[in-house]
Amino acid sequence: MKSVLPVLTVTLTLIALWYAAVVPMNAQWERDQATRGGYTLTNAELISRTMTQSRPRLPAPHQVVGELWASTWVEERHGRRGWWNTGSLSNRSLVYHGWVTLSATFLGFVIGTGLGVALAVGIVYNRAMDASVMPWAIASQTIPIIALAPMIIVVLNSVGISGLLPKAVIAAYLSFFPVVVGMVKGLRAPDAMQLDQMKTWNASGVQGFLKLRLPSSMPYFFASMKIGIAAALVGTIVGELPVQQGGLGVRLLSGSYFGQTLQIWAALFAAAILAATLVGVVGLIQRVTLRRMGLAP
Amino acid sequence: MRDTVDAPVIQAQDLCLTFTTNDGPVHALKDVTLSIGKGDFVSFIGPSGCGKTTLLRVIADLEQPTAGTITVNGMTPDAARKARAYGYVFQAAGLYPWRTIEGNVTLPLEIMGYSREERQRRAARVLELVELKGFERKFPWQLSGGMQQRASIARALAFDADILLMDEPFGALDEIVRDRLNEEVLKLWARTEKTICFVTHSIPEAVYLSTKIVVMSPRPGRITDIIDSPLPRERPLDIRDSPEFIDIAHRVREGLRAGHIDA
Repeated sequence: MKSVLPVLTVTLTLIALWYAAVVPMNAQWERDQATRGGYTLTNAELISRTMTQSRPRLPAPHQVVGELWASTWVEERHGRRGWWNTGSLSNRSLVYHGWVTLSATFLGFVIGTGLGVALAVGIVYNRAMDASVMPWAIASQTIPIIALAPMIIVVLNSVGISGLLPKAVIAAYLSFFPVVVGMVKGLRAPDAMQLDQMKTWNASGVQGFLKLRLPSSMPYFFASMKIGIAAALVGTIVGELPVQQGGLGVRLLSGSYFGQTLQIWAALFAAAILAATLVGVVGLIQRVTLRRMGLAP
Repeated sequence: MRDTVDAPVIQAQDLCLTFTTNDGPVHALKDVTLSIGKGDFVSFIGPSGCGKTTLLRVIADLEQPTAGTITVNGMTPDAARKARAYGYVFQAAGLYPWRTIEGNVTLPLEIMGYSREERQRRAARVLELVELKGFERKFPWQLSGGMQQRASIARALAFDADILLMDEPFGALDEIVRDRLNEEVLKLWARTEKTICFVTHSIPEAVYLSTKIVVMSPRPGRITDIIDSPLPRERPLDIRDSPEFIDIAHRVREGLRAGHIDA
């Protein structure tokens, strides 16, 4: 539990800085209101008012937490369209939008990881792929995804694919890359001696792959998947912007259309919490797997 | 000394191996002619670059000679490797960290398709042979360097090849552990009656272990002397203080020096 104190200190410092920034960010609007209404504000009034605006430039932390709570538990439990009253998730709640994002993220991550591993195997075992694939993989990541996403959506739509898959494809587009890089490194982790050793046993290529290269690559695999799943989430959110069929990306966009800063911040935090959870889950699987393999204490 | 009347286990005739590099050809082996009989314990000794490891790798079919002929068990090295004629112990133990000691020893057996019971039976036998009984469930990092190298010897023994090729297996270990392991290798050799080829750069190690000492020198890598040791097969550690031992060590040193002068 030694790590709790530093983490807590940093968190509290950030929250304090945030509160300190809220006042100057939102004060001008309050002052304008006061001038217009012909009343004067004391400093204490000004400060307290900057933290309770309904559409602040910068919402205070407690407002964001309140909005998160209102758009998850309160909406589903008490809302007219909430799960408690209708048996299905409310389309105004972050639970619903988080789920839409999560499902596309997960599918995209699975596709991306599979593609990444397949490409890495090809690169390691095939000379032509070794020489040709990596530059393209790198080039693919230099194109801004925000520019590419609408085109992917349109192209897939024109061949009759819509819904979950186009978003997952964009997520996969971002998440395959770290997996390729990590797995190429991982599959090449065995040194010359270990490969010679396999040869002295007259092991087949498949045996060399399954018994040496694949297990050697596991630490690299998990490290890449941690990056990959976070990238998949970013890809999904970007993919949701042109699709406009729910998801945290849609909440972000509609929030900015209507100046609903609270909604934007709540969706941002929901995305951050989701990303942290996903990375944490991969980390947990990593710990358990590597420990069972004897690769971690 | 045991007779070597049988056909030689390893026979090399005018063996050459030249690597082409950017700085021109490197003669790793030049005109190496050597015959190793069944049950011999042969040490290859020489300074680095003399081709001793390369020669071992040619025997193991890990390098291809550019000229000359070599047979292992009467076959080409390639056929011998595929017939699993030898076990190879590398400089580093090279145990798989994700496998237990038993799992490491059974790895070649898995690859060769032995049944589970047979694998366990053989692992138990060879681990006892290298005195690692009771460590089956440990992971490599839980063992000392010397124990890891013993496990790697057990792994090379597990599939019962007649030939054991050892490439400076104790090079990275301290002298005390090394002495112990040398003694154990001799015991192992006596019990299993294998033919052992052993690369080293330690004169006492070579003299203590071998029935035949092959002295090599670099540029080009070649054999300068082959010494048939008159020492008995039974060798306590203190044989190293005997006059015969010192004589052989002297001859080895002379051979190494001679090779150095004309290089």
